[in-house]
Amino acid sequence: MADPFDAFPSSSDGVGVALADLHTPVIELVGARKTYRSGSIEFEALRGVDLRIEPGEYVAIMGPSGSGKSTLMNIIGCLDTLTEGEYHLAGDDIAELDEIDLAEIRNLRIGFVFQQFHLLPSLPAWRNVELPLMYRHVPVAVRRARAAAALERVGLGDRTANRPGELSGGQQQRVAVARALVGEPDLLLADEPTGNLDSASTAEVLALLDELHAQGRTIVLITHELEVAQHARRIVWVRDGLIQADEVIDR
Amino acid sequence: MSWLETLRTGWSAVRSHGLRSALTVLGILIGIAAVILTVGLGLGTQKDVSAQIDSLGSNLLIVTPGSSTGSDGVRGGFGSAATLTRSDAEALASRTNAPDVLAVAPEKSTSASLEANDTNWTTTVTGTTTDWLDVRSRELENGRFLTAEDDADRASVIVLGSETATELFGTTRVVGQSVSISDHDYQVIGVLAAQGASGSEDLDDVALVPLSTAAEQLVGGFSRNALSTIYVQAASTDQLSAADQETTTLLLNLHGITDADAADFTVSSQDALVSTATAVYRTLTVLLTGIAALSLLVGGIGVMNIMLVSVTERTREIGLRKALGAPPWAIRRQFLVEASVLGLAGGVIGAALGIVAAHALPSLLDTSIVVSGAAVAGSVVIAIAIGLVFGVYPATRAARLTPIDALRSE
Repeated sequence: MADPFDAFPSSSDGVGVALADLHTPVIELVGARKTYRSGSIEFEALRGVDLRIEPGEYVAIMGPSGSGKSTLMNIIGCLDTLTEGEYHLAGDDIAELDEIDLAEIRNLRIGFVFQQFHLLPSLPAWRNVELPLMYRHVPVAVRRARAAAALERVGLGDRTANRPGELSGGQQQRVAVARALVGEPDLLLADEPTGNLDSASTAEVLALLDELHAQGRTIVLITHELEVAQHARRIVWVRDGLIQADEVIDR
Repeated sequence: MSWLETLRTGWSAVRSHGLRSALTVLGILIGIAAVILTVGLGLGTQKDVSAQIDSLGSNLLIVTPGSSTGSDGVRGGFGSAATLTRSDAEALASRTNAPDVLAVAPEKSTSASLEANDTNWTTTVTGTTTDWLDVRSRELENGRFLTAEDDADRASVIVLGSETATELFGTTRVVGQSVSISDHDYQVIGVLAAQGASGSEDLDDVALVPLSTAAEQLVGGFSRNALSTIYVQAASTDQLSAADQETTTLLLNLHGITDADAADFTVSSQDALVSTATAVYRTLTVLLTGIAALSLLVGGIGVMNIMLVSVTERTREIGLRKALGAPPWAIRRQFLVEASVLGLAGGVIGAALGIVAAHALPSLLDTSIVVSGAAVAGSVVIAIAIGLVFGVYPATRAARLTPIDALRSE
């Protein structure tokens, strides 16, 4: 599908790694520090994190609550900025960007999947999926077609008109994955994607992520469940604002 | 996200909370309807007053005794002095004295009880001359009007207004009948054609007798020569101001007054009467419109309130949209559009309600309500503006939310 309005057209085979240079890491954090201030109390959530994630990797970030993994996820997702250190996302330096530029980066480069799905209940599935494209000024006919294609890819091609309330938890999370994919981002960032799902739906969603990884997607998964993390090919353990371990899982 | 889509999103958000939105819209629509009605009522009353004053006749100057612009501060009130006389009126009627005056109708009015057979009816009995009919732009339904001979003879003849005739005899075909005032009999010689009701002064409830007869038999005594009003008709609209000057100069001369400020009479034109009368109603209209505008303000606060609730309720949606790449201005625009959709709905429904009420109320209240297109269009624009203005704060608050906090909120 030719789409002159889209900065990141899908490749013809549907495998959407939109990187020209495979040697540019998707994520490159150097000496990343994040300090929260609340009055006179300072809290160091990240205390010097170095992390490099290459295109096509499937990485799980693990750690107990309070370990700094949520802060790391916010930083990686460009929802927050570093106090100190460097962050390059697909080659872009994020440190100096303002709110509006960060919004654009999130829109173009990152596909989010949240624990609570965060679907808008009043909108049918395809309207939820097209949301990222709306903020790129893509015409509605193109958006509709691409939303339908994304829903097809997550196996919900026959549910485009259903509202979230009419779908099961697993299906809702798959709609959210379709929404994360529709803009062909460099990075799929999933924050506890199975945290609200039963085991059957969990398996469904994890299978989908495996499939996307097999197609060449870069996926970062934040979780506290080892079972879930073990679907990834690499596990980064975070504790007390530092990376404690970084292990590759052999298959 | 195009404007059209923003509008559609706004509309669906408004619709998804039907009752809440309807109540908010109600606040605006009441204000808008009230503004349209009060402005319309004000315009309608002004129109009524103008029509009433126009119905006195055309190109008229109204001369009344006394001065409303006393310079020494002790002059008696409007119309209190008995300074106008029949000879004043006759001097004004002379073409040599006042070339721009076409005709003059002196009036000497008193309230009297008319009796016919066993029926009593109290009305204003006016003594006047034969020119009255033309000057006051009236017509006869039947019979004849007062003549110069009637006046010279002090004839006991009377011309009745249509309503007066109907009240006394039950019909207007009463020429030749007899009416008595204070045990003195008058023969009915004519009946005036109906002029239509016109506000407080009923032009059809009158009785006219020759001026000399009125002076002799009805009023008499000390003020027998005094007139209550002299109607001076200018030859044309262009000659109205010339006639005004001639009237003033002539009367000042006749009364031996050199200082125009000390005049013991007042000359007013119909225009002056219209503007005096409408000034009062304009003040009233401004006051009422102010109250209506206050209710609009309250409606606007309602919009702000509901928008703040909406922002709080949809914090997660805002967080999600921001995470997906919505810049702050897009969020702000979305809520502003939503607020103006509320305003627009209130404006359109309020305008419709105002127009319906403007058509329904006059028959109940006996006043005209003039609904101008400009007032309606203006009200709708104001309603949208209210939505916008009172939406600014909630929209800004929404735009300032950080996506992390917004997503985490429950």
